[in-house]
Amino acid sequence: MTTNFNSQALKPLSLNVTSVSSRLTWADRIGALKMRIGVGRNNYRVKPGLYKVGNPDSQSDVLVSANYKLSFDVLRSNLDSLNVWILVVDTKGVNVWCSAAKGNFSTDSVVKSLKETSLEHRVQHRRIILPQLSASGVAAHKVKEQTGFNALFGPVEARDIKPYIEAGYKATPAMRKVTFPMKERAKLIPVDFLYEKYKLLILIGLFFFLSGLDRTGFLFGKMMDSHLFPLITILGGYIAGIVITPLFLPWIPFRAFALKGAFWGLSITLVINRLFKVPILDGVSMGLIGISIASFMAMNFTGSSTYTSLSGVRKEMKWAVPFQIAFIVVGTILFILSKLA
Amino acid sequence: MKTMHYLKQVATLKLDPDLCTGCGMCTKACPHAVFEIKQGKARITDLDDCMECGACSNNCRTGAITVKTGTGCAVAIINGFLRGTEPSCDCGGESQKNCC
Repeated sequence: MTTNFNSQALKPLSLNVTSVSSRLTWADRIGALKMRIGVGRNNYRVKPGLYKVGNPDSQSDVLVSANYKLSFDVLRSNLDSLNVWILVVDTKGVNVWCSAAKGNFSTDSVVKSLKETSLEHRVQHRRIILPQLSASGVAAHKVKEQTGFNALFGPVEARDIKPYIEAGYKATPAMRKVTFPMKERAKLIPVDFLYEKYKLLILIGLFFFLSGLDRTGFLFGKMMDSHLFPLITILGGYIAGIVITPLFLPWIPFRAFALKGAFWGLSITLVINRLFKVPILDGVSMGLIGISIASFMAMNFTGSSTYTSLSGVRKEMKWAVPFQIAFIVVGTILFILSKLA
Repeated sequence: MKTMHYLKQVATLKLDPDLCTGCGMCTKACPHAVFEIKQGKARITDLDDCMECGACSNNCRTGAITVKTGTGCAVAIINGFLRGTEPSCDCGGESQKNCC
């Protein structure tokens, strides 16, 4: 699906350059919200090319952006009264940091858009400002070698661009650091919540069915009477892993995400056990499953976090995944036994 | 704001001081302030802050910095394991999703 928010305004013309506003419209905001809740997430793109904000001239700064519309919108909405050019690089519709990691926001793609837009005829200076997070894909010295343009790494956040330029293209140490505050973590939760929805539904369906198992076979009435405890534990473990763990990420006393999740999974299953006052075997069996789900979902959040390394995630997965599998298998067997007892 | 640290002593980041010219590009590229310039040379302040994004090594013209780069994403590692490939998430490229 393609989006048509402002699409007229966002097409750069071949000869002229499209003007865009530094103010976001309601359509932009609704589009952003839809991205955040996972509606129509594919193809939220801006056409690559050169755009202008305000009335830039041959001396104005050139800011480079990814062609993911949220990246582009965050940038332009932070430019207020500046008169600047925005060079949108074709990053396959992916945000700055991720496309840089994947090699789509790269030295080559920046060089290509500099050539395609003939930027050297548009501005007299030889200076472009890249988002700092493109650095894992773009080598500034190679851009310089290949185009003559001095590629500067601007700040991490678009909101710091004005102070960065005003300070003579200097970023403070704080502007160079990626942070991951609760607000940012919360924004990622809706999409991450839906990521494993099929696994969640399969587990819910399976335990709904298993609830009806009995020594005498399968009892529909028993299933209807006793499914609530396992289903709430499964959902609770899922929420512990992908909602509670991300929200309270820095305040859990473990570094490994799988352990952070297991901690909240244990906490929430203990509460649910208390509420339902179930026999010990039921409690232990579903406890293991709740902990496993929470640990797995929290581990998945490593991909959304801003500070986990591949080596680190590999290291924790080496012991965490066997535990998660063992917990869910043993938990399921115990749950079946508790039904047959 | 509290700084978050990941696992200790796992990052593959290495800096060869003999090759370093002290240009400071690594301090501009790194999103976790892992480097500082002391007496004309870069220095790793805290290895545990490194997330192996490769911004520093990519922008080091003398090749003084090496790091085995990748995205620290469990889903990508699982996908890679199941398909027998390198870690790979289903985002970007053809499926065009916005994640890493």
